Amino acid sequence: MSGRGAVGAPLDRVEGHLKVRGAATYANEWPVENPAYLYPLLSTIASGRVTGVDASAATAEPGVLGVLTHLNAPKLAWPNDPEVAALQSGEVAFHGQFVGAVVAESIEIARYAAGLVTLEYEKRPVDVDMRADRDDLLKPQHAAIFGSQPGDLQDGSSADSAVGDFEAGMDSAIHTLDATYSTPIQHHHPLEPHTAIAVWTDDEITLYCSSQGVHLHRTLLANAFGIDASRIRVISPHVGGAFGSKVFPVTWATLAFMGAQLVPGRPVKFALTRQQMFTLVGHRPATIQRIRLGADADGRLVALGHDVVQETARAKQYAEQTVAASRLMYAAPHRRTTTRIATLDLPVPTIMRGPGEATGMFALESAMDEFAVSMGMDPIEFRVLNEPAVHPESGLPFSSRHLVTCLREGSRRFGWEHRAPATPARSENGWLIGTGVASSTYPSPRLPGNTATIRVGADGRHTVRIAAADIGTGTWTTLAQIAAEALDVAVEDVTLQIGDTDHPLASSAGFSSGINCWGTTIHAAAGELRAALNENGGAVPDEGLEVTTDIPDNPYIAQYAMYSFGAQFAEVRVHEDTGEVRVPRLLGVFDVGRVINPKTARSQLLGGMTQGLSMALHEAAAIDPRYGHVVNNDLGGYHFAANADVGSIEVHCLEERDPYVNPMGSKGAGEVCIVGTAAAIANAVCHATGIRVRDLPITLDKLLR
Amino acid sequence: MDQEITLRVDGKEHTLTVDTRTTLLDALRERLGITSAKKGCDHGQCGACTVLLDGRRANSCLVLAVANAGAEVVTAAGLADGDELHPMQRSFISHDAFQCGYCTPGQIVSAVAMLREAEAGWPSVVSEDLDADEVVLDHGEIAERMSGNLCRCAAYANIVPAIAEVARS
Repeated sequence: MSGRGAVGAPLDRVEGHLKVRGAATYANEWPVENPAYLYPLLSTIASGRVTGVDASAATAEPGVLGVLTHLNAPKLAWPNDPEVAALQSGEVAFHGQFVGAVVAESIEIARYAAGLVTLEYEKRPVDVDMRADRDDLLKPQHAAIFGSQPGDLQDGSSADSAVGDFEAGMDSAIHTLDATYSTPIQHHHPLEPHTAIAVWTDDEITLYCSSQGVHLHRTLLANAFGIDASRIRVISPHVGGAFGSKVFPVTWATLAFMGAQLVPGRPVKFALTRQQMFTLVGHRPATIQRIRLGADADGRLVALGHDVVQETARAKQYAEQTVAASRLMYAAPHRRTTTRIATLDLPVPTIMRGPGEATGMFALESAMDEFAVSMGMDPIEFRVLNEPAVHPESGLPFSSRHLVTCLREGSRRFGWEHRAPATPARSENGWLIGTGVASSTYPSPRLPGNTATIRVGADGRHTVRIAAADIGTGTWTTLAQIAAEALDVAVEDVTLQIGDTDHPLASSAGFSSGINCWGTTIHAAAGELRAALNENGGAVPDEGLEVTTDIPDNPYIAQYAMYSFGAQFAEVRVHEDTGEVRVPRLLGVFDVGRVINPKTARSQLLGGMTQGLSMALHEAAAIDPRYGHVVNNDLGGYHFAANADVGSIEVHCLEERDPYVNPMGSKGAGEVCIVGTAAAIANAVCHATGIRVRDLPITLDKLLR
Repeated sequence: MDQEITLRVDGKEHTLTVDTRTTLLDALRERLGITSAKKGCDHGQCGACTVLLDGRRANSCLVLAVANAGAEVVTAAGLADGDELHPMQRSFISHDAFQCGYCTPGQIVSAVAMLREAEAGWPSVVSEDLDADEVVLDHGEIAERMSGNLCRCAAYANIVPAIAEVARS
């Protein structure tokens, strides 16, 4: 195959033959000689401080190599970031925080000895009361405190926004809606836990870990330990899922380093247990969202308001862009969004697939459905009527926006025209059947900090190096396809090297930015290599040829709003007697630009939709208000979608090439697919039953009346 | 307390000394360096550690190594015949029935065992006729029988057709 057909080919994953044997090497599987094992101690209070430590029994246990607590742990150069630092004081800010660790000759000994350490605490009152009417809500300053960018929210945007006069717009409206929606704490739970093998010597420090961005992890750890980053090598070629949980929280890697310092030169292995993952690797924060909509007599929106309260941690502020999608989805001359945070004694939230949009669009797209129904309008026609010509807040044109096509094409494929307008829609053998629709969107950001090296040898093989990550996204395959097309060589002639800080700088896998950032950089490097080859008369010199290129600036970023879009359709069945909800059919039609690999893209899109189904029906952390701990902290208590929870899922991509986001013509695909699914299901449940569930997840107790 | 045991893993015999608290999964991964079976929850709830234990699928995190001395263990690595992948492995690749790949060895072992169970006429909770001679592996039967293997990337919509194709052949 020439490079011409490389992008767009539905290639099998290049590492597939390894994964089906279990031979792809994940972090905790690197063969190392004579490892020691670390097992952590977690706080059993949510607020207070450790006042006493008795490690004598643990230390005396045969095979124990050391016990770490705040009393003897190394002092870090950067001790104040609770997502990076551990054991720097006896202060406890949430239940399940690291308060110690045992290093021992085996897993069994380490775990047993951890149970022998006795800690005494001074407890403070626990406050985990998530309410929108708290008198201590704050306007967030997430980026200003912890980020390097301006703005109030995690993505650098402002907490609040206003266009026109929202209240006057609502007063002028013929039809109005005022509804409040809520979403619970949710957890990422990649199947591979957060694991590390750390080896500490006076020269080199090696960390095999499960990472969405090896360079970011190296920077965070180098800062924490006050050492030169060049001493640290982070290796992570295969990652067993992440969904946002393997970007910012790295205390587990810090603890592995501390353990490795105890036994210099000896590898220390550390894997969080599933239960420990509920408090130490972030979560999607709970939200309470008020949506207000006003429309004229024809159903045109005149006012759109979205006011969000979300939970954050006392240990560290996190505030995400829950209002983001409401700023761009629909036209309305008068609009406002606000974001406030409730500071609680809970673990630190972090980004989770579609951070902000996933919860925000549950509220907005549920409200759009309710409003359409209340006005006697078809939910699709109501959305089409309010399609904006430009970004409603910034006034920028969209680089490409095919939402209406997604809705129309989806309607055709789903058979929307046969939908019963009335509720309850249809009944069959004791099951109420309904259908629902919702829109999807997610930005296509370009992140700084990307460099690619391409080397061509005299044998014609091209080696492409960039420290990108494959967290199941297909990076190993798709970046090779992009390189092959840009170099005009066969995919088989490209050797891709990623997931290692020995390779050039790359941004982390997140924000649906991977292909946009890494692919664009590789594309630019390929262009330079071809130019260099031309200068050489088209021939590869005997010693080969190598170029290294940084990600180019995109001048269109200031001129266009860049987003993916989609329309999701759901059919649900709700049992009349038990309230059980089943989802026999989901359809997603997506505008994600040009698709690099239809096979892996489809998997990513249907995976996101399935996680959206799971968000709609299953997932919620139960927090004990007295003690502030996660009560359902295992995969039995915290259920996410299993095989039998999923029916037919269809995915269709429009394949409209975007002219401005990047030279490949692609847009982000990893997150738009989880945005809107929960609303489509909630809307279908309402269509089936007449019951509007505004509080996720949609469990049967909410449907029994 | 330590105990010497023998395990036959993927056709090869190993004699090793284990702590009596060591699970079969940890014995494979940490003592023998055989990492095909994955540790996802260590709790019997995710299925990533599924192996064939004396021919039947089992969560290797839920059994103690010492209690399985002499057992025959097959992991996903052992399903392949050298470079020749098992038909189930090939079908998972062609249907893209995985993303991150961490649950995949467990899914594949589980699927292979599940087909044998169905062939032997074992009913599942969704089987309408518990005494039927033949199990018809439709979507509902496969999904039910594979629900002990969680996939957080959520490749279920590809896993079921991947298995169905092998079941048909």
